Amino acid sequence: MLKFMAEGAAQNPLIPDTAELIIGLLCFFIVFGVLGKKLLPNIQKTLDERHDAIEGGLERAEKAQAEANRTLEEYKAQLAEARHEAARITEHAREQGAVIIAEMKEEGQRQREAIITAGHAQIDADRRQVTTALRQDVGRIATDLAGRVVGESLEDSARQSRIIDRFLDELDAKASESAGAK
Amino acid sequence: MSTHKLLAESGCHITPSGCGFPAPGLNSFNFKPIFSIGSFDFTKPMLLALICMVIVVGFFWAAFSKPKLVPGKLQLVGEIGYTFIARGIARDVIGKKGDKFVPFLTSIFFFVWIMNIMSIIPLAQFPVASRFAYPVALALLVWLTYMYLTFKTHGFKGGVKNLVWMEGLPKPLIPLIVFLEFLQNVITRPFTLAVRLWANMFAGHMLIVMFSVASWYLLTPSIMTAFAGGSFILAVGMTAFEVLIQFLQAYIFTLLTSLYISGALEEGH
Repeated sequence: MLKFMAEGAAQNPLIPDTAELIIGLLCFFIVFGVLGKKLLPNIQKTLDERHDAIEGGLERAEKAQAEANRTLEEYKAQLAEARHEAARITEHAREQGAVIIAEMKEEGQRQREAIITAGHAQIDADRRQVTTALRQDVGRIATDLAGRVVGESLEDSARQSRIIDRFLDELDAKASESAGAK
Repeated sequence: MSTHKLLAESGCHITPSGCGFPAPGLNSFNFKPIFSIGSFDFTKPMLLALICMVIVVGFFWAAFSKPKLVPGKLQLVGEIGYTFIARGIARDVIGKKGDKFVPFLTSIFFFVWIMNIMSIIPLAQFPVASRFAYPVALALLVWLTYMYLTFKTHGFKGGVKNLVWMEGLPKPLIPLIVFLEFLQNVITRPFTLAVRLWANMFAGHMLIVMFSVASWYLLTPSIMTAFAGGSFILAVGMTAFEVLIQFLQAYIFTLLTSLYISGALEEGH
């Protein structure tokens, strides 16, 4: 049979020789068996390990870089926040200060006015008191003096005060007259 | 030994004997058995196939049996070859799912390539794949893989549909297209896969033999020596060209295999 096939193959090169077919399959199976079962998985493992060793390093570096970037961003954000906060506080303080100053000014003004008013009242009261005391003293002294001069007792207080008043009015009139003359 | 060599060694020249040109033909591809066991004849292509197997296994054994993270020279060369298939073919054509088939594709590529290279190795000087049985053996495996994956991925009904069906056909065309798709996917694809490799190696070997025999045949003390020189230059040129073809055919065979696998795994095509 094989002989016949071989003779056929000699005539027609497109008729495969059975023995060669078997040898070819056998050779390929051995190649495929050894490469596929042992050698290529071996090298694939090694390639993966190498890939890990190289890419793993890169990945770790990238991770660290990303971490650093994130920290930087956080830090910047915090810094910006702090600046904002500080500005806000300063602004608040400035406003508060202005309010306080205004309040103080107002208070000062109010106190000054109160003091001035009180002073005026005091002065008026003093003057009135002094005027009254003076008028009484002047009246008494003048009466005494007049009593002594005319020898007439002017004990009657009502008359006395009428006379004094008239006298003082005359004095005032004189004073204003002389002031008007001047 | 092949017939043409015997002819060449016999001292047949164009002058002065004027014997006819011992043109190479199919006889250049048939060998007397090295030894025979009963009806089994062990021939040179078989020996070469075994040697190719030993070379491929030996090389990868030396390169990959104790792989290191920092590769040595041999391992580096092996890795380049492996990555060429794993990245350049499996990943590019099939995608992530192709990782499983890298050993199959790598075995095919290097086995075919080394078998082809035998064409220009002194003493061997015969492309194993120019014996049709070797490409057929490989194409048969590819075909089986294709069929297995088609039915495993899509089930029986989906697998048949994947083999013969195309979406969006006008009704009258359906029988024709189904017939053509079936023919293409089930019969012509594996056949052309085998024939492509076989024919390239066959023709290449034929050309080299042709010019080699011619340069010997024309080598006489006459003006014919100039033609002998021309022939020789062409033989050398064709040999260099064959180096390219040998690689290319191995690559194409592997690439098409991965395309078929990809087709079997994908929905429709």
